[in-house]
Amino acid sequence: MSTDEPADGSFGQYGGQYVPEVLMPAIEELADAYRRYVLDNEDGFMDEFRERLADFGGRPIPLQRADRLSERYDTEVYLKREDLLHGGAHKLNNALGQVLLAKYMGKDRIIAETGAGQHGTATAMAAAYLDMPCEIYMGETDIARQRPNVFRMRINGAEVNPVTVGRGTLKEAISETMRDWATNVEDTHYVIGSIVGPHPFPSMVRDFQSVISEEAREQIQAKAGRLPDSVVACAGGGSNTMGAFHHFVSDEDVDLFAVEAGGSSLTVDEEEGVAPNSASLSTGNEGVLHGARTKLLQDGDGQIMESHSVSAGLDYSGVGPELAHLVDEGRVTPVNVDDDAALEAFHRLSQDEGIIPALETAHAFAFLEEHPERVGDLTIVNVSGRGDKDLETVIEETAKRDLDVAPDMSVFEQVGAGRLGSRGDRE
Amino acid sequence: MSLDAVFDSEEPAFVPYLAAGDPSYEASLEYVGALERGGADVIELGLPFSEPIAEGSTIQSAIVRALQAGMTPERYFEFVEEVDVDVPIVCMTYYNLIFQYGDSEAGPRKFVERAAEVGISGFVVVDLPAEEADPLREACDEFGLDLIFIVAPTTTDDRLDSMRERVSGYVYVQARTGVTGAREDVSDQTAETLERISDWDVPKAVGFGIKTGEHAERIVRAGADGVIVGSALVDIVAEGHERDEPVAETAEKLEAKARELKTGALRGVGAAVESE
Repeated sequence: MSTDEPADGSFGQYGGQYVPEVLMPAIEELADAYRRYVLDNEDGFMDEFRERLADFGGRPIPLQRADRLSERYDTEVYLKREDLLHGGAHKLNNALGQVLLAKYMGKDRIIAETGAGQHGTATAMAAAYLDMPCEIYMGETDIARQRPNVFRMRINGAEVNPVTVGRGTLKEAISETMRDWATNVEDTHYVIGSIVGPHPFPSMVRDFQSVISEEAREQIQAKAGRLPDSVVACAGGGSNTMGAFHHFVSDEDVDLFAVEAGGSSLTVDEEEGVAPNSASLSTGNEGVLHGARTKLLQDGDGQIMESHSVSAGLDYSGVGPELAHLVDEGRVTPVNVDDDAALEAFHRLSQDEGIIPALETAHAFAFLEEHPERVGDLTIVNVSGRGDKDLETVIEETAKRDLDVAPDMSVFEQVGAGRLGSRGDRE
Repeated sequence: MSLDAVFDSEEPAFVPYLAAGDPSYEASLEYVGALERGGADVIELGLPFSEPIAEGSTIQSAIVRALQAGMTPERYFEFVEEVDVDVPIVCMTYYNLIFQYGDSEAGPRKFVERAAEVGISGFVVVDLPAEEADPLREACDEFGLDLIFIVAPTTTDDRLDSMRERVSGYVYVQARTGVTGAREDVSDQTAETLERISDWDVPKAVGFGIKTGEHAERIVRAGADGVIVGSALVDIVAEGHERDEPVAETAEKLEAKARELKTGALRGVGAAVESE
C-alpha cells in the first residue's frame, strides 16, 4: 500500500479534518486503525481483505480489449471491467475493506450514505457477508431514480432511510449520515463511499480502490507489452477515478483524464443556487465541505450549490481532495461531457461492445467519442459499474431526446410515463 | 461588552441561540431583542450554512427557513449592526462561510475584520477543530475577538490540551454525544466533562439538550458558569411560524422561556451555595 503522503491527510492545501468535535475521536481512532491495519497490515488485515476480495468479490477483474471501439477511434482501447466485480461496480472494493476494518476495530454497527445506490448496495452486501447490522441513508430523489438498488439493499438486510431535506441527493445523504455518526459514534462505523470526507477517508478509500490500477498496470503490460498512453475514468466523488489512477500517478508519461458530469450546462443558476452540472474539478473553487478542504460547487457566499447529473452517482457538489490536488499539480486533466453525450455513449457501448455501462461510466466513453485524439495510441477506460440500475432513467431520458444511437424507444414510452414521473417533475 | 465582563460577574450566564433571519429578517430582529429582555447575557446568533452537519432537525429547519428568507453573510452582518441589544453576540457558523468571505485567498481574515466592525464578540465554528483553527485564531487575535471551542464527552485528553491552548471567551461544553436538539433530560456526562476541564481558566458554558429552567438549574449546580440553549427556543420560533402567529406573540413566548431558563440558572447558584 501507499504512502509517503503527510500523516495529517493533506494533499497540498486540500484535505484535513473539518468535523464537529464529537466526531474527532472517532476520526482519530479510524486514522490509527488505517495506519495499523491498512498501511502496516497488522494482524494480517490486508491479507484477509485481499483474500475476501478474491473469493467474495471475484478479483482479479479482466482487462478486456474493446475491438469495435479500437476500430472506431483508431486507437487501442482496453476496458478495466469493474462492472464484473460482485455487485456490479467498483464500490465493493471499498465497502468490503471498510466493513472488515470496522470488525477489526470492534464496531458493531455500519452506516453509509449512497447516491446512485451502488455504494449502498456494496455496503449492504459486505455487511451481510460479514454479519454486521447496516443502515443506509439515501436521498428521496435518488430513491426514486435508483429503485433496483434500493431493493437490493433491502434484500441484503439493510435498512434504507430516506433523506427528505434539500434536493434529496447525495449531498444531503452524506450530511444525514454524519448526524447519525455524531449520535452513535462509539459503536458505529461510517463507511463513506468515496475519496471524500475527513482524513483518513480519502487516503483509505483510495487505497482500497487502488487494486484497480494495480491490476490494470500489470495486465496492460502483459497484454500490450507497455504502459498505456492514458487512463480515462469518470469522476463524481472520485473513488473509481483515484482507484484507476493511483498506480499510474508516478508514471509521468501516462495521461490521466478525470471525466466529470457537465450535466445540462456548465453555467450556474445563481438565483436558484443550482449548478446544472457536477463538474467541481472543472468549474468549482476551494472550500470546506463534509470534513475536507477541496474543490466545490458553491456560490459567492460559500453556500453549497445543488449539483445535477443524469447520473445519480456523479451528482455531488464536491470531489476528493487528492483529485483536486492532482488537478492543480497538472497531473490529472479534468474534462467534462454533458448528459446528452453520456446517454449516447451509454447506447453506443451497449450496442458496439455488448456492455451496458452505468451512466457514470458512460461519461468516460463520451469523452473518448468526443476526443479520441487526446488519449494517444493505447488507452485504458475504467468501466466503473454496470448499468442495470440505470435502465429506468435511461428509458425516461432517452425518450426526451433525439439521439442518433438509441434504439426505437416508442415501446417504452408508456412504461416511462407511468412509472417515472417523479424525477421529471423535479426538473 | 466583552465576554470576559459577562463571565466575571457572580451570576451564571444564560446564552440563548437563534438562527439569524429565522423565519424572516424582521421577525428575527424582534426575537433576538426578546431574548435580551428575558435575561440573555450573551447571544449565540447562527449564521446559516447550507450543510449544517452537526445540527438536529430543529436547528436544521431553522437554517433552511433563514436561508430561504434570504439570509447571507453580508445580510447577517447588517442584522448584527441593526439588532437592538447590549449583550455580546457570538457568531455560530460553519467554516466554509468564514473561509469564503470576500476572497478565499485571504483565508478567514476578511470575515473576522468585518465581524469586528459590526461588533461581534467571538465565534463558535462547529466544524473547525482546534487543529485546523490556527488561521482563524490568528485573525481573532488581530481584531480582538474570542474563539470558542466545543468540548464533547468523547474528546480525548490530548485533544483537550490542543483546545486549551487556543480557546478564549468561554468553552462550550457539549452536554452529551450527538447533534443539537432539546431533550427531556440532561445528561450525566456533563458533570464528568466539567470535572475534566475544571482547572481551565476560561468560563465553562454547557449546551445541547437543555430545555427547561430545571435543566438549567441542574447544569449550573453541576458546576457550569453558563447555560446555552438553542433548540428549545428555536422550537418556539418554528411553532409561531407554523401557526402564523403575530411576531409580538412569539416574541413574548421567547421572552418568557428565556426568563424561565435564566431564573433556573440562578437557582442553580443558590442551590450550590446552600449545599456548601
